[in-house]
Amino acid sequence: MASGRVRWPGRAGHGFVTPYVVLLIAFGVVPTGYAIYFAFTDAGDTFVGLSNFLAAANDFRFVTAVGHVAIYLICWLPSLVVLVVALALTLHRVTVRSASRALRFLYYVPGALAGTTGVLVWLFMLDPAVSPAAFLLHAFGFDTFGQVVAPEHLPILFTVIAFWTGAGGWMVVMYGALNNISPDLIEAAKIDGAGAWRTARHVQIPLLRKWIVYMVILAFAGGTQLFVEPQLLSQASVGVAGRDYSLNQLSYDFAFQNNNVNTAAAVSVELLLVGLVVAGLFVARSRFFDAD
Amino acid sequence: MPTDTPADARRTAPRRHSVTAPRPAPPRRGHCGPSSALSAAVLVLFALFFTVPVLWLVLAATKTDEQLVHGNPLSFGSWQALRANWAALSGFQDDVVLLWLRNSALYSCLALVITLCVAIPAGYALALTEFRGRRTLLVVTLIVMIMPNSTLVVPLFLEINAVGLIGSTWSVVLPFSFFPFGVYLAHIFFSTALPRELLAAARLDGCSEFGVFRHVALPLATPAVALVGFFSFVGNWTNYFLPYVLLPESDQLPIQVGLGTLLANVPQFNPTAGALAVERPQLALAALLAIAPVLVIFLFAQRFLVAGMLAGATKE
Repeated sequence: MASGRVRWPGRAGHGFVTPYVVLLIAFGVVPTGYAIYFAFTDAGDTFVGLSNFLAAANDFRFVTAVGHVAIYLICWLPSLVVLVVALALTLHRVTVRSASRALRFLYYVPGALAGTTGVLVWLFMLDPAVSPAAFLLHAFGFDTFGQVVAPEHLPILFTVIAFWTGAGGWMVVMYGALNNISPDLIEAAKIDGAGAWRTARHVQIPLLRKWIVYMVILAFAGGTQLFVEPQLLSQASVGVAGRDYSLNQLSYDFAFQNNNVNTAAAVSVELLLVGLVVAGLFVARSRFFDAD
Repeated sequence: MPTDTPADARRTAPRRHSVTAPRPAPPRRGHCGPSSALSAAVLVLFALFFTVPVLWLVLAATKTDEQLVHGNPLSFGSWQALRANWAALSGFQDDVVLLWLRNSALYSCLALVITLCVAIPAGYALALTEFRGRRTLLVVTLIVMIMPNSTLVVPLFLEINAVGLIGSTWSVVLPFSFFPFGVYLAHIFFSTALPRELLAAARLDGCSEFGVFRHVALPLATPAVALVGFFSFVGNWTNYFLPYVLLPESDQLPIQVGLGTLLANVPQFNPTAGALAVERPQLALAALLAIAPVLVIFLFAQRFLVAGMLAGATKE
């Protein structure tokens, strides 16, 4: 009992985790194994090596979809980091506590509109006919919804939507992390003559690093999975965005439009691999989760 | 990613230290001058960015389509128009919107109950008991937790299709109930906030292992139950991809997927929309109904939630 744990009753522990392990196997392990099996076989269940992966990679939509996701990530990750950190630092300097609390809450509210609703709201926001920001859209030279959702704008638009729904939660976290920095440290920096900018640059941001990395990891893993935004837009864009914009859409299309589950599984396995590698590296390297 | 509420909220973890020993607030620097005016302007600008769309959505439901286009975007329409929108919306395919809302409630609530029954004991065992494979299970949980839940949707379809469950309620409820983040939250809670001496004392008094959990740990775990429940409910309520793939029939859809169907029937967004056209204010009203439960939870659980997130942020 040195560690305070109960050493002997192994069975009790197993009893408590059994239902969870059953779900983990049924909806984590088995689908993974199933996807791998499908990815390496053909419709007749014979082993075909990498040919499904080659078929996916040679599909004319694959490279474009990878490109779309990559450009989206290039827009999304830096803007998330820069804006969330900058806004959290700015918020942290607000001296009126109630104002700071109210602002954090307002930033956080769109989180309730995650998923379909957030995209829907932004379809309206981007339509010059009804948008409250129509004057801005007109100032940029956009007069119709079709012009706003032109294909080359999509990565930016998806970034805006993702930022709108997700950034507030991260700001609350960063704000909390900033609150947790010892006041003595900030005081010392101030005595050494550091202004707000240098304090942030040399004291606060390095101490936020762990959280920034965590945010980037989750945003990256989530970003590769882009689905609901382009899918809804493809239903509502006067045909501008295709149904095969992102990799997840492509996998869906292979499975349900082309009736080719093996190629669909190959794309899924690739996405899974990206997710697994990123998550595994993070858990192993960061010591963020002190597993005990 | 907006679609990954659980992923998005993964950093939350209750921690006793934040409740019993609040850190003194850091001294704030008094400041004025141009830089603070600029900061204030930036903060207010972002507040508008985050809130105006929500406000617009609430107001849009009270307007006619004509008012939506020609009126001030941030004006109130009329109660009459709101009633008319509701009448038109509920007329869409014989009350199907209500059915979708009911489906969402059914799936999210069933999954919520199962999640709590599964995740809380699992987190407890991972934190406070020793058994073979405990560490492996913990590491696997962490990895699966970081992976976005949409990675497995198409493979899940293949699996559920193979066992012939496509279209059944359980085909979405059971995958919804698999919630490693909840297990992680419960694990953090039990390993930081529960005095081990208490458990040891109960064992000395002859309590069985299950009795210790049931009579000692569980009554003290209300904050963990609430947090896990919140993130499970919100995540499942807003999930789009999984039910979109797994449920073929319109009358089984949850409201999130149903909104997509409505959207495809708005002529301004989809010129090929048929005779069943939906007007934009009706779509706004449907969106408002779809977020109402989550929004209410956000408003009322605000203090608790922010405290939870802050506690997460203080984790060393």
